Parts: sequence; C-alpha cells; structure tokens
Amino acid sequence: MQYLIKNAMVYMDKELTKLDVLIKGKKIKRIEKEIDTSDATVIDAEGMHLFPGFIDLHAHLRDPGNTYKEDIVSGTKSAARGGFTSVCAMPNTDPITDNIASVEYMQLRAKEHGHAKVYVIGALTKQSKGEEISEMATMKSGGIVGVSDDGWCVQDARLMLSCLRYAANFDIPVIVHPEDYALAGKGQINSGRIATKLGLSGITPLAEEVIIARDIMLAESAGARLHIAHISTVGALELVRNAKTKGLPITCEVTPHHLVLNDEACLDFDTNTKMKPPLRSERDRLACVQALKSGLIDCVATDHAPHADFEKEREFDQAPFGIIGFETAFGILYESLVLSGEIPLSTLVDSLTKNAARILRLPGGEIKTGVAADLTLIDLNATTTHTKDNILSKSKNSPWLNKTIASRVKYTFMNGKITYQDSEDD
Amino acid sequence: MTPQFLGRCMYDLDDYSPEEIVYILKAAKGMKQINLREYKKIPTLRGKTVCTLFIEESTRTRMSFELAANRLSADVVSFQASVSSLQKGESLQDTVYTLNAMGIDLYCFRHSSPGSSQLVHKYSQKPVINSGDGRHAHPTQALLDIYSIWERYGDLRGLKITIVGDILHSRVVRSNLIGMIKLGAKVTICGPKTLVPGGIESVYGCKVEYDIGRALSGADVVMGLRMQFERMSEGLFPSLEEYSKHYALNKDTLKHAKPNALIMHPGPMNRGVEIVPEIADGEHSVIVEQVTNGVAIRMALMFLILGGRA
Repeated sequence: MQYLIKNAMVYMDKELTKLDVLIKGKKIKRIEKEIDTSDATVIDAEGMHLFPGFIDLHAHLRDPGNTYKEDIVSGTKSAARGGFTSVCAMPNTDPITDNIASVEYMQLRAKEHGHAKVYVIGALTKQSKGEEISEMATMKSGGIVGVSDDGWCVQDARLMLSCLRYAANFDIPVIVHPEDYALAGKGQINSGRIATKLGLSGITPLAEEVIIARDIMLAESAGARLHIAHISTVGALELVRNAKTKGLPITCEVTPHHLVLNDEACLDFDTNTKMKPPLRSERDRLACVQALKSGLIDCVATDHAPHADFEKEREFDQAPFGIIGFETAFGILYESLVLSGEIPLSTLVDSLTKNAARILRLPGGEIKTGVAADLTLIDLNATTTHTKDNILSKSKNSPWLNKTIASRVKYTFMNGKITYQDSEDD
Repeated sequence: MTPQFLGRCMYDLDDYSPEEIVYILKAAKGMKQINLREYKKIPTLRGKTVCTLFIEESTRTRMSFELAANRLSADVVSFQASVSSLQKGESLQDTVYTLNAMGIDLYCFRHSSPGSSQLVHKYSQKPVINSGDGRHAHPTQALLDIYSIWERYGDLRGLKITIVGDILHSRVVRSNLIGMIKLGAKVTICGPKTLVPGGIESVYGCKVEYDIGRALSGADVVMGLRMQFERMSEGLFPSLEEYSKHYALNKDTLKHAKPNALIMHPGPMNRGVEIVPEIADGEHSVIVEQVTNGVAIRMALMFLILGGRA
C-alpha cells in the first residue's frame, strides 16, 4: 500500500515546509517538493500540517482486568484519534504487569489488534505492593521500556534505593509518581483556597515535593535514570532544576491538564477535575508552562486514565482519580498555549514526539526518509467537538466533554497504515 | 422587588443576596410566633411531601427539619442511611431516582461528601436544602445563627463576631462566614494553626487570630465550636486539656469581649472543653434559643421554596 500526502506543511527540525510525502509499506519513502506517482492513494493535505506521530509516555489501558473502562483496542483507537502512534502502558492492570507473561500478553494484543504501538512499563515492585523488587531484568528482556509502580508510590526509602540500584544495574529507567501518602492523606484536590472553600481535604504540594527530593537523592546515589511523572508544582520544578544543573540524568513530564487548568476548575464539584496529582494553583500552572518552554520539563504525557460513567458520576470524594487524555491532548495545548502565544508550535510538537521518545529510548518522533511512517495529519484551522458519541475511548471522563477545541486530527498513520481517519460528521 | 424563592435550591448562602437572606429572617420571625402557640401547626404545605434524606446520621438536625415540615402540614418521609439500600451498595443516583419516583417535592439532604447536594438536585430536578455536606456547607445552621444575632441586634452591619475552635472541619463556620460577611459583620476566626484551613482569609474576607485574647477583643458576638477527640489521633492537637487552656470560652478569655457579648454554640457542646458551663448557661448565652430558631428558619425556608400561602 502506498499513500501520497500532497501539499502538507511538513514539520521537520522545527521548520514547516510545504512538501509531498510518499509512504510505501511501513516507511516514509520520499519527501520532496513535488512527487508524482500513479500507484499511490493520494491524500490532499492542502492547508494541513503533518507531524511525527505523537508519543505518550504515560497511559492506562486497563487491559487486562478492567476492560469495562478501556482495553488495548479501544485505548489505541482513542490514541490514534488524538494523533498518537506510540503509547506507554502503565502496569496497574489486574493482575499487575510485573512478570514477563503479562508483558507478552499486552504486546501480543497490541501487535494483533492495536491502533498504536504499545510499549510496556513493568512494575517496579512485585504486584506494585512496595515490598519486593520485581523481576525487571526478565521483563526487560521481554521488551519493557521502563519500570514504575505509578500510583502506588514506594513509601519505603530503603526499598526505593534498592530498586533504583537494581534498575541501574540493568540500565532500566525508573518512572516515579511522586506522592508521600501520609502528607497526601485523604486529600481530594490541591490544598489551598479552593479546597478551603469547597470543604474538601487538600493534597499539599509537599506530598509531591518530598518524594521528588528523596528520589533525586536516592537516584544520584544509585546512579539510576529517574523520570518524574506528571510534575505539577513550583517546588517540584525547583528540585528538578537543581538536579539537572548538577548534571544528573533526571527527566520529567507534565500532563496537558496541568498546563491548561488550575484548581478553580474544581469549583463545580465536577469529578472530571479530580486527578492525581491534583490541578494546582495558577502560579503552579504558569510555572509548568514556563518550564515546558524553557526545556526544564522534557515532555508532555497524558496520564490517560479511563473510568466508567458510573464510577465518576457520584459524590466527589468517592469518585476515582483520573481523566482520559489522548483525544484532547494536542487540541487543548494548541489552543491554550500555542494560539495564545505562550509557547511556539515547535515546543509543543517536540514535547509530544522526539523529546518524549528520547527519555525511554523509543523509536520515532521525527519525520525523515526511511523511518517508520508514524505520522499525524492535523487541520489546525478546524475544530473538534468532543462528545460521548465520538470519543473513541470506552470511558468519557474528560473535562472537555461537550466542548469545542481548536484543531482536528484528519489522519493518523502507524507503520504506514491508517489508524485513524476523520469522518467529518460531527 | 420581592425576592423569588419558589423551586430554588439552597446549597449554601453564596447564591443568596443580602436582601434575600434578610427576607428569610423576616419570614422566620413569623414562623417563630407559630412555634410559641399552643397549637403549633398551619396548613400551608398540605399535600406537599418533604423527604429528609440523611446519608450521614444526625438526630437533632433531622428532628428540626421534620418538625418544621410537620408544622407546615407537609407529609414527611425520612430516609435513614444505616437501614437502607445504600448499605447494600446502591448508588446515590439510584437512591434518588427511587425516592423521586414516589413523588417527593423537597429534599433536605445531609451527606459527608462535599458538593453532593448538587447531585441530588441533578438527579431529582427538585429543590434541595443542603442540611450539611461534609466540611463544605450547612446553610440552615448559618441562617439560624444569623437569625439569633439579628433578633438581638436588629442589624449585623459593623458587628464584630468571633468564632473559636476547630475551623478546619467546620461546615458551620464556612456557611456563617459567607452569610455574616454578606450582611456586613466583621468576622474573626480563631483556633490553633493546625485547625485553621489555608487561605481562609482571602476566600471569605475574614480575619484570623491564633491568640484567643486578641480574637475576642471587642467582640459583640462569640461563637464556640465543638472540639472533637478524633482530632488528637489525627495529630492536630495534643489533648483536650491543653486545648481548653488556650482556647476555651471562660470568664478570663471573655474579659476581652464586650461585657454583654452574645454567646453562641451550634452544638453539641463539650462542656468544660471549648466552653465552661457558667458561660454556656450564663445570661448572655443564646445557645438554647438557637435550637428554637432553627425550627423557625427551616419552616421559613420550606415555606418560601415550596410556595406556601400565608
């Protein structure tokens, strides 16, 4: 199968150039000013932008175990609708992805039925219980790209040091969701004015910062590569800045929602504004935007966390944490940060592509001849209205449900195959 | 213009203007007269059905709401979480759908989850009076507190009101701050730093003092709050004894307030902890009167929301 994408604004090395791109088989065959060929399906991309397929380091596909929320098929379809061609699946499945059989299951499902490349993150500790180190070296031989206990942050500092030393031994990146449970307590949203007003227990920024400080020190001692998930506070950014200044191999990501919303979004008790870490203050949000712009934050990751309506549609403090993110990630960031002039388009695209890939040493992230044709074609002048009917994730827990946001994904290609095509009927 | 209350919810006092709050107080004054009669009942809500839907247990508040509805001749049904379908895992949504199918006109709703009274309205499309939602709000308690002050002073403008105790866990304080400040009072809150939530000054426009002497200085109204034993195990204060040494309302601390300052407490009281008996039972205390006023306030609100005829 061959596709010829005509007259797209093609994103290469931070530049946009009007070019034709020929996809042959799994790869990008040619990129030229004018390509003529009779045996390719032609896609008229006049006025549209062609970006490398987006790469998400942090997603929950819920498969196996909670497939009423999402599964590998629906999750990757949702990813493709958001322009993603690669997603990293967190191990908090049921059973926990802490062994090679579970890793192979996910890879097999994704390979046979997936609409995106799925890279597996293995559990850091057995069953993510925070008690014993997982068989991470075996899982690495099976293809995991990193280890994490994500939402079950290891509280025992001695064990964490041991995990980091062991991971360093096998050169496996460790991803940490920084949360000190005692400090976070039963917190529901960010501590401060809004939590005070709503009478909800607060999650202090210190809960995040204390663990980041600890893990930076432990990782330095262990010689490990540490990636900090969904960073969200001014204090946390300061800790990462100091670590990077020292030259430590520390990286971090930020979610789209922490770049676009602050805790005032919680004022209506909408459970689709409840996630961990919580939406923080405007000061924290602005610091995250600035850090993305300066490169202190390495990449954007969605923390796509599907939950069914019956789970989210209930009392605020009884609803689960998390929102879906694939399908709105690019649009909300393009609208809120690029169109407003806060960051250049290149910063946004790089943070969703090659900068993300580099952290876990994943392939992809750039458009050039000879590489896998992982691409997304986006109309920046169109808009997308997200509804329960057109969201492809099984779950609809998004603060942008029934909202119209800038840009529209027209096509997504993964290994030269169309994984998403806009039907233009909404 | 006469304020319109028909069919409205009361989640908190945010949504009510100062004029509307005063209108409720005036209506409650009339209701209080009814409660002082020998035959305490008027037919105004005959044929209407009020449900006290209490997911979090309470005896006093529930009785106050039920008496209020009874005295207006409404039918009252009472939902008790401890013996209900919720124990069997039914969701709030399904519970409300079920009750609504029986023809409820007004819900008085209590729950430990902040913001949940909005959900009851969403599911029922019927007016809801928030009867306490976690730490968030308890607007009828605030209205009865405000009524008790208004009855004594006639106007809250310029009054200095001091509230002392566990501010962090108190829905009563939050609703009172909104209502009292709307009506022009100057409110100071006081408690140990571990029991005062962050940013409260900027949210409500109140003053915060950690020293009870400074907090009570020149106060026209003093309100104590219940101090709960559980807060010790949560690591928020060391002992009731130490707490009462520093924050109790007693003769010594009240020397700082105006000599005839009104003494209030939303109950239930821990005598000897946050307030000493001679103050709680003293001549300036309206603590018992607050309870009487509670029935009148709830009658007034139900009357206005359900469009009872005078």
